[in-house]
Amino acid sequence: MNPPSSIVPELNERDTAPFKLLPTRPFYWSVRRELLEHRSIYVAPLAFAGVILLGFTFVLARLAHTMQTISSLDPAHQREALAQPYDVSAGLIMGAAFIVSIFYSIDALYGERRDRSILFWKSMPVSDLTTVLAKVSIPLLVLPILAFAITVTTQAIMLVLSSMVLLAHGLSVATLWTQLHLPLVLLMLLYHLVTAHMLWYAPFYAWLLLVSAWARRAPFLWAVLPPLAIGIFESIAFHSSNFVSLLDDRFSGGSDAISSMMGNFPFHPGMRLDPVAFLAAPGLWIGLIFAALFLAAAVRLRHYREPS
Amino acid sequence: MNVIEAKGLRKAFGSNIALDGIDLRVEEGRILGLIGPNGAGKSTALNAILGLIPYQGELRVLGRDPWAERDQLLRDVCFISDVAILPRWLRVSQAIDYVAGVHPRFDRGKAETFLAKTSILRTSKVRQLSKGMVTQLHLALVMAIDAKLLVLDEPTLGLDILYRKQFYDSLLNDYFDRTRTIVVTTHQVEDVEHVLTDLMFIHRGRIVLSSSMEEFESRYLELTVLPAQLPAARALKPMHERQVLGRSILLFSNIPREKLAALGDLRTPSIADVFVAVIGSSAPGSQGARL
Repeated sequence: MNPPSSIVPELNERDTAPFKLLPTRPFYWSVRRELLEHRSIYVAPLAFAGVILLGFTFVLARLAHTMQTISSLDPAHQREALAQPYDVSAGLIMGAAFIVSIFYSIDALYGERRDRSILFWKSMPVSDLTTVLAKVSIPLLVLPILAFAITVTTQAIMLVLSSMVLLAHGLSVATLWTQLHLPLVLLMLLYHLVTAHMLWYAPFYAWLLLVSAWARRAPFLWAVLPPLAIGIFESIAFHSSNFVSLLDDRFSGGSDAISSMMGNFPFHPGMRLDPVAFLAAPGLWIGLIFAALFLAAAVRLRHYREPS
Repeated sequence: MNVIEAKGLRKAFGSNIALDGIDLRVEEGRILGLIGPNGAGKSTALNAILGLIPYQGELRVLGRDPWAERDQLLRDVCFISDVAILPRWLRVSQAIDYVAGVHPRFDRGKAETFLAKTSILRTSKVRQLSKGMVTQLHLALVMAIDAKLLVLDEPTLGLDILYRKQFYDSLLNDYFDRTRTIVVTTHQVEDVEHVLTDLMFIHRGRIVLSSSMEEFESRYLELTVLPAQLPAARALKPMHERQVLGRSILLFSNIPREKLAALGDLRTPSIADVFVAVIGSSAPGSQGARL
């Protein structure tokens, strides 16, 4: 058997030398391909950030007045009054990223079959595993990181604009800067994105990708209807709602105990987070096992699905 | 080393047998044409070779099992298929970046050189290109990959004659170098007639003819006879007979040229002529009409 490398380097050593690929490069380029194809991944959160900044001009217009009226309040209420736009911005950008995640995941493996470009992607030396991992990294890694980065930037702009307005009115920026506790709140946002959006929701995104790899048409219906049918079946046959409450737990961030471990939105500096308890929660690991199973099934489906 | 080696390759879709145990051997440096009517199993055979579908029987491509080792295999194998569509949202520059990113044997400079010969703009999206230009782009990407095996499944379907001719010209002039191997299926047999080194007819999942082009050209002769000579010609057992404008055209296999020359006008038949004769005789009926 002739090893593939034996002839080629002789023929054009100069040409092939720079093309030595790291094993991570197919993954990196697969992720880039997703960003090229689904521009909404970054356009939607950015658009939300733009709308937020536009709306923030109304806050800015009244800012000097607000600062004077709250000066008599106690610090907790001061923070409440000042932090609201910042909480709203974090929530909206996170929400936009979440919605994009859902629509992205449901289309990720279905779209390439629908537009029949899958054979082009499959003609490249990129394994099905790499492709599926690149696709799941969009809702699990790219979007949370992007949401965090856009939130940080948006809030930084908001803070700078506010400071400029206050200074222009000859007011002190000290209350604003100290009461917002921005670094701490942003750290909590990051913690929440990692625990809730990356880890707790992982099985949910993996399920959407599995349906996306499997459905011949209408993947959205296939993603929603089977769980719905199971829930209805359970309530008729057993007069119970275990399955529905299981899904509800998953969506709303689990039982109260778990969701408080992940941080409840909106965040405030006094919030107590418990990463150790979160990592010890069986629900987290059961969810991750399901996510791995769903993803393995999606890889297998992409491999086995015959070109039509 | 044989680039492709198949023994008893079989594939059934439900009760429909697409490949009925075919044996195949393609050596390095050959250009093999796989010719057959629609649904004969050509694409199934190519999909098996590319590791896109599971199959029964033995199959080795460049010494690898294509189904189990598809992604390693695809470093050395490229394919263009009528159905392997370039994504419509992709820009030409992005396509080059992507292939350069994932393919260890891609030479960006070569792709740029090929594209420079076309009127394709770097900033265009695939959806803005004509079908012929999309094929040119795909060919430019594939020819810039230093692959050992190139598989073409109806690569020029739906293209006009100028694009088709250009496609095979660039393939021969800029790509093929005798260490590479090409397998091509097409309905437009006349386009590849002078490109191929080997020929295979496939019909109902079986290989009904397999030959090198030299063998093919020395083996088959077509004789145009006047009615007076017809009985003598028929006595030599033609494999196929047809009437054109009141004259009979008989196709012979393995009959010495001298014997036939006395009976009428001789010429080397085209692949299409032999295809009709072979497929027509193996299954009388409507087959063989679509070439």
